[in-house]
Amino acid sequence: MGNTPRKYALVGLVLAMAAGAAGTAVAEEKKDWGAYKVGDKRSGYTYAAPETRAMQDDNFQNPAMLWAEAGEELWNKVDGEAGKSCASCHKTPDSMKGVAVSYPKYVAAKKGLENLEQRINRCRTENMKAKEWKYESKELLGMTVFVRHQSLGMPVNVKVDGEYAPFFEKGKAFYNQRRGQLDMACKHCHEDFAGTQIRANLLSQGQGNGFPLYRLKWSGVGSLHRRFRGCNKQVRSTPYGYGSDEYLALELYVMWRGQGLPIETPAVRN
Amino acid sequence: MSNIKPRVRIPKSAKKGEVVEIKTLIEHKMETGQRKDKQGNKIPRKIVNRFECKFNGKLVLASDWHPAVSANPYLAFHFRAEDSGEFEFRWVEDGGAEFTKKAKLTVS
Repeated sequence: MGNTPRKYALVGLVLAMAAGAAGTAVAEEKKDWGAYKVGDKRSGYTYAAPETRAMQDDNFQNPAMLWAEAGEELWNKVDGEAGKSCASCHKTPDSMKGVAVSYPKYVAAKKGLENLEQRINRCRTENMKAKEWKYESKELLGMTVFVRHQSLGMPVNVKVDGEYAPFFEKGKAFYNQRRGQLDMACKHCHEDFAGTQIRANLLSQGQGNGFPLYRLKWSGVGSLHRRFRGCNKQVRSTPYGYGSDEYLALELYVMWRGQGLPIETPAVRN
Repeated sequence: MSNIKPRVRIPKSAKKGEVVEIKTLIEHKMETGQRKDKQGNKIPRKIVNRFECKFNGKLVLASDWHPAVSANPYLAFHFRAEDSGEFEFRWVEDGGAEFTKKAKLTVS
């Protein structure tokens, strides 16, 4: 009987802690996130730590700008048998303004989707007669970051109707499909439990508007497909390949989930 | 490691006695020496182990770095501007390679 008061004290403490945690969560909910929150869609920015947000906000501090600079150099670099650079056709990088918001796009010749990485590579092989850049290479990431960065702040606006509809449905099915030894779907973390802790990490809505982004864990820039692969591995399922049809469909669905959120490329996350 | 580019941002001009912020960043992998490659061989350590900042030849700040420093290290510090002059920033890598950058500050 002697330990009863102690028990009450313990319960009290736990409640106080719960209230404290709820208090900060509410404060974060109520904070005005400006463009980073559209309706109930919240960019990963709003889940990032203040220090990480500061890194993203300052172009100098943002290490991903090194990749953007690499992309800028490549923009003017002549490559391939046709003797062209990006600038030969597209002139200034401003011409890329607004391009990023609508990817992945449907390509009739391929009868499928194509993301910006693949579009850049198609331009290289078809128009420049140059070799493709490898997925996740510094060149391709750099150019993708650089092109997407031109659309900074413009709202994501992907198409999901017409010829996009079957791919959208496929992506949606992927998103809700349980997979791996842990038997988890994307939605279990990013829809049902966004905003709660998974061990030490705060789960975000899994938005794609900031990609390719600098991830502190990676000490580098990575594409959305790299993130998909990481997520798939974490639930112990076999990841699909970079640029695979499965991930392209998923990319479309994920971008649609973040429809209206601003392009943040290159964002910085934990 | 040919494409290592240091970056520095300082205000171009300052008033006498003003405290200015100096931001520096260098693109570097900062290989810790604790990782292994696919064959199981140790990847040798290669980090930037020292940073120095001089103003008109006089040392302003020096710092020894160790393997726990992140990749692409960013360093910001404050400086009281008294005279016009030139900053010289120097990063030293394991093995002795050096990367330098200069920047001018005008004090009015």
